[in-house]
Amino acid sequence: MSRWVDAIAAAVLVLVSASALAQDKAAGFPGIGRNATSKEVAAWDIDVRPDFKGLPAGSGSAAKGQDVWEAKCASCHGVFGESNQVFNPLVGGTTKDDITTGQVATLKRTDYPARTTLMKVSTVSTLWDYINRAMPWTQPKSLSVEEVYAVTAYLLSLADIVPADFTLSDKNIRDVQQRMPNRNGVSTDHALWPGPGIAGQAKPDVLATACMKDCPVDAKVTSMLPTFARNAHGNLADQSRKVGPQRGINTDTSTPAKQADAAAAAQVANASGVDAASAQALTRQNNCVTCHAIDRRVIGPSWLEIAGKHAGKAQYIASKIKSGGSGVWGAIPMPPQPLADADASQIANWLAAGAKN
Amino acid sequence: MEPGRLRKAPENFVDRQGIATVFAEAKQGRRDFIRGAFAAAAAGLATAPMARAQSAAPAADGDPNILNLPEHATALGQPVATDGYGKPSKWESNVQRRRSPGLTQTTQASVSFAPLQSLFGIVTPSGLHFERHHQGWWDIDPSKHRFMINGMVKNAKVFTMDEIMRLPSVSRFHFIECGANSGMEWGNVAVPTVQYTHGMLSCSEFTGVPLITLLELAGADLKNGKFVLAEGGDGSSMTRTIPMSLVTSGEVLVAYGQNGEMLRPENGYPLRLVVPGVQGVSWVKYLRRVEVGDQPWNTKDETVHYVDLMPDGKHRQYSSIQECKSVVTTPSGGQLLLDKGFYNISGLAWSGRGKIQRVDVSADGGRNWRTARLEAPVMSKSLTRFSIDWVWDGKPAIIQSRAMDETGYVQPNYRQLRGVRGTRSIYHNNAIQSWLVEESGEVKNVQVG
Repeated sequence: MSRWVDAIAAAVLVLVSASALAQDKAAGFPGIGRNATSKEVAAWDIDVRPDFKGLPAGSGSAAKGQDVWEAKCASCHGVFGESNQVFNPLVGGTTKDDITTGQVATLKRTDYPARTTLMKVSTVSTLWDYINRAMPWTQPKSLSVEEVYAVTAYLLSLADIVPADFTLSDKNIRDVQQRMPNRNGVSTDHALWPGPGIAGQAKPDVLATACMKDCPVDAKVTSMLPTFARNAHGNLADQSRKVGPQRGINTDTSTPAKQADAAAAAQVANASGVDAASAQALTRQNNCVTCHAIDRRVIGPSWLEIAGKHAGKAQYIASKIKSGGSGVWGAIPMPPQPLADADASQIANWLAAGAKN
Repeated sequence: MEPGRLRKAPENFVDRQGIATVFAEAKQGRRDFIRGAFAAAAAGLATAPMARAQSAAPAADGDPNILNLPEHATALGQPVATDGYGKPSKWESNVQRRRSPGLTQTTQASVSFAPLQSLFGIVTPSGLHFERHHQGWWDIDPSKHRFMINGMVKNAKVFTMDEIMRLPSVSRFHFIECGANSGMEWGNVAVPTVQYTHGMLSCSEFTGVPLITLLELAGADLKNGKFVLAEGGDGSSMTRTIPMSLVTSGEVLVAYGQNGEMLRPENGYPLRLVVPGVQGVSWVKYLRRVEVGDQPWNTKDETVHYVDLMPDGKHRQYSSIQECKSVVTTPSGGQLLLDKGFYNISGLAWSGRGKIQRVDVSADGGRNWRTARLEAPVMSKSLTRFSIDWVWDGKPAIIQSRAMDETGYVQPNYRQLRGVRGTRSIYHNNAIQSWLVEESGEVKNVQVG
């Protein structure tokens, strides 16, 4: 008898829980999520598609673009977008013929050293979208709509895609698209797209077989690292676990005496009251090192040059870090750096004390 | 050294050479090998560590590590909760993610590589997960993070982290591999170890909500909305186009969990997209928005980067799937085998098209192959660990692995891959990797013809 009761009770439970689940599914998830306001969507929906959906109305001249460029872009990309000091070059490798054909001929050459942005990018919408969302690198999303149009126009003018006196706008941007040098240089003819909607091959383009015995390969070594590059990634002995079936191989040929010298030098620097390691860490965190190196010119002066010219002037250096400047060391200006005052001071103290390791 | 007096060794006293010496002391019957290694070193071929080992003699009464009880067996250890969040052993300090010098000129648009040579099983410890940042990483306050869905939807929606974490969740193991993994090796050998050849690869258990659940809440047009755009909330606001079919299959997750805890900041805390089988760039970090649309977006990372240059000078775009690939991680480049004799060759296999079906291993540069053991569980679009017995006879050997996935696709060699794609693709290099074991025991990254 009690077994029957149990069975019926269990059946009822199953029914109840099943219907509860069904109700949940039908009702969705009450209390989860809310409708976005139109202002919220406008604040975040910034993407611009190749059909220019999402492009804000507006315009900007290449001349204005040049001013913005020299103030905010040239420090990384070079005055003519040619620099490879910080990022790959933006400009170069495209020709008048490419503007006509829509395919960059240089990309067929195996001897051409660079693949610039304008050699690769197929749509002008991409430039507008990316400059708007992510540039300048240290202050993304800080450009006005006019500035984005202007900078895009200037960049295009550097490759003669538009003339130097051009004003780019939402009205003429479709015409500019028809002059993009690599607009026809892309393909989706492959089997690496994981869905429909983009034309592609049905099958992977390499169809290998799994030969097991006496396979027809020439098992000769054709490439290995040259000896001089053995330590290029640091001492490999320090990069494998110290226990187990094998060890990292020692690739460091420097003597223990040299290492002792380095340790001693670090101690001396610490004794002077300036924390060189922390200051240098800050220069990395704040991206100073993309333009400054210890003993050579990158884009800005070397740390040692600054230390020599402004020895003891920590306050001055800190203020220049915060406010930026131009003309002191060369034509390319340094943009104002948005780091904390305390961090700027620490870097400045280190520089003023000689930029020692 | 003063004779007859024991001195306490500093903690790092036993350096790598010392370890080799101790290892040598503890073993019998390997002197021939050691002498051979010494001869090789003397001939200018290799291996200072082994040269040191040759002078070691076994202790007469036995191993001092057995005969003399250590402090940890004769004294009191440390209390519970010494570290509120425990760390790896101090002896594991070599196991670090690392940059490849000269690969990038900034540290914020850069990569660090996971130390595959030192990992076991399939899960990447979260602190060793490879990193790829486009504009630096952030540690975002989750109480202020918002996720928006808009585009071809009935109602654009906003979700808080609290709300996303209230929804039914799933936890799944998936690999993530950068499309440019092994990209430095297209033309020739360029880097020394598996950390740099294959280290833009990690695997975690991800926890989150299927994106389709959230799209349904917004009333997305799943018929005409063939694509979604995923967008990050950081400075780069990374954007990538993803096919709706992957979303409706339930595979794509809006994830907050990684290996039982929240995502690490370097991996997108508090929210990232998980797109199984697809290259890492599409797994947008700091995910702030998904837009439903009827055509692809051709974003910067779909036309300037993450495009594969083919021999005809055209760029393949939207190449997303990470095809079947494998690599032997132990032994691997930049390492030194300690002796002749038995080794358990072990490595990782994965496929963006599903499960690994089989892995074969060759020790003679690809002439003859044996089928390896697959360690369970074997999961779809996850790393799979394989292993195979190997007795090294002290002669040069070229070790390779070749994976096959459940679609029957076989991992190609360099000749086959370059035959179609040339050497300038940068992306999607899934060729068979070769490690040369030299007589000295040194393992080198090589390519074979």
